[in-house]
Amino acid sequence: MTRLLPFMLYRLGQGVLVMLVVAFISFSLFTHVGDPINNMLGEEVDETYREQLREDLGLNDPVPVRFIRFVGNAVQGEFGVSYRNSIPVAQLFGERLPATLELVFAAAVIALALGIPAGVYAAIHRSRPSAQVIQILSLIGISLPTFVTGILLIYVFSISLDLLPSFGRGEVVDLGWWSTGFLTASGLKALVLPAVTLALFQLTLIMRLVRSEMLEVLRTDYIRFARARGLPDRLIHFRHAVRNTLVPVITITGLQIGSLVAFAIITETVFQWPGMGLLFIQAVQFVDIPVMSAYLVLIAFFFVVINFIVDILYHAVDPRLSGTLSDGSGKGMP
Amino acid sequence: MTSQHPAGQARRLLRPVARLWQSDLVWSFRNTPYAVVSLALVLAIAVTALCAHWVAPHDPFDLASFNILDSELPPAWVEGGSPEFILGTDTQGRDVLSLIIYGARLSLLVGLASVVFGLVLGVGLGLLSGYVGGWVDALVMRTADVKLSFPAILVALLVNGVARGFLPPEMHGQIAIPVLIFSIGMSGWVHYARTVRGIVMVERRKEYVLAAQIVGRKGWEVALLHVLPNTMSPVTVIATINLATAILLEATLSFLGVGVPPTEPSLGTLIKVGSEYMFSGIWWVTAFPSLLLVVLVLAVNLLGDWLRDALNPNLQ
Repeated sequence: MTRLLPFMLYRLGQGVLVMLVVAFISFSLFTHVGDPINNMLGEEVDETYREQLREDLGLNDPVPVRFIRFVGNAVQGEFGVSYRNSIPVAQLFGERLPATLELVFAAAVIALALGIPAGVYAAIHRSRPSAQVIQILSLIGISLPTFVTGILLIYVFSISLDLLPSFGRGEVVDLGWWSTGFLTASGLKALVLPAVTLALFQLTLIMRLVRSEMLEVLRTDYIRFARARGLPDRLIHFRHAVRNTLVPVITITGLQIGSLVAFAIITETVFQWPGMGLLFIQAVQFVDIPVMSAYLVLIAFFFVVINFIVDILYHAVDPRLSGTLSDGSGKGMP
Repeated sequence: MTSQHPAGQARRLLRPVARLWQSDLVWSFRNTPYAVVSLALVLAIAVTALCAHWVAPHDPFDLASFNILDSELPPAWVEGGSPEFILGTDTQGRDVLSLIIYGARLSLLVGLASVVFGLVLGVGLGLLSGYVGGWVDALVMRTADVKLSFPAILVALLVNGVARGFLPPEMHGQIAIPVLIFSIGMSGWVHYARTVRGIVMVERRKEYVLAAQIVGRKGWEVALLHVLPNTMSPVTVIATINLATAILLEATLSFLGVGVPPTEPSLGTLIKVGSEYMFSGIWWVTAFPSLLLVVLVLAVNLLGDWLRDALNPNLQ
């Protein structure tokens, strides 16, 4: 543990640096795009009054002072008012955040609950036709872009079979500031297609990962020794092999939560799911700077935190890694 | 000067071809059926797309050539379809097959351009990082670490969003495609940079590099002429896999409405526009571009997988 502390400090420093760079980009977006006074007052207000307001708002201060003020506001969740929706960005995010988090949660549960057993099965019974079918299906799953999956599911389940809704969240129940779709029948029905769409790619990824890790573990000496001892297959597979398979799977799954949030942007657009991702895409289309820059800062913060936690976990779980840096790649296809 | 027998001359000319045909790489290719099928598919799609002007049965940009009376026709084999429009028509009466051919052309061009941009940036930074070392190396590699912790799609989306934020809205239509190429390229450079840097770190200590330095070659000459060629085979593999990702990113961003402008047919915009008609039963406008996208990406990916195994004997 003695080597963990400097490493943690190093990563923390790196995280703070990343946040400062992102905050600076986000700040430059604000300062670059037009004069906020024009947005507030319009054209026909007298120049001395403009100058007075500019002075009062601190727009004449030097750039470093304004940047520090921007960071101070950002830390308190102050990003100004959305140009398009005319309500404070913080309030807008508060309304949209539960939708995205519920979608991501449901997708993660589906991906893990199906991906791990399928991967273990495909590894244990690797020569059976059923395992090979799983392998081929996973290749297709990994090649299907998220939005194509979504369109396909909408065509089959909403248009042809008319079973499930193709857009929106259904009815939601407010629990304080959190609005949930988990408690109503229409909310749950609306969740099915987006959650499956979002989960599918991660599911195939987890399945392939579990399969290859498991195959690796099954080749090791201690498994061979367990077989030599005459232990039953069930015990070898589920007591000895699966446990060691799950260590890397847990850490990589942690990283994949970040990637779920990124892919949620696509899923939300396909299903018009009123979450953060849809908000961001609309903000980009309408050049709604406050929303864009706030999303930029928030998503960067989210990824920095996830990567920090996963890195610490890696080092805590696997002492061989101390001294090296993991890349923590969340690569994948949309 | 010796007089040459015509047959001997032909044999001499063919010798490099024969040598290539017998090389390990081509041998592996000939004996990997999925690689042959994938390459054939990719080439067929690429050639058709590049010759769109001559191959496509109709011109989707020529307003006079399509007729509103031909709109919403299903594919030829479905009842109500017309043999003139094999894959049917969209709501404006444009031929879906022609749209797809033109769409594939734009998608491939954007994909290739982003790969070239990412490759030049990544290989350049990797070479610089590995050859110069010191703080340059530290800066480039820490940036790469940070970049890798974000998924490619998110990087492309954010870069694209920020670029749009900085540019005046009235310019968005004209510069959408360069912005798209820039943002996709920015999401892919890291893999090149890391790989090239790793190889350069090993190569620069070798004797041939020392020899070149002693002879008096300048630093950049040694790096570009002597070290760079040794990085080419892994870079080819990365570029192939990167092409699949780039095509997919183009389609995704265009589908989200922040990529290619909706007036230009690319596979992504076609799928986006088509998906809006899907609710009125017109499935073919979105189905065929989706199918082509999936086939193209799968074929390029399989080709990349094969190339990686064939060029890296350690993996076998």
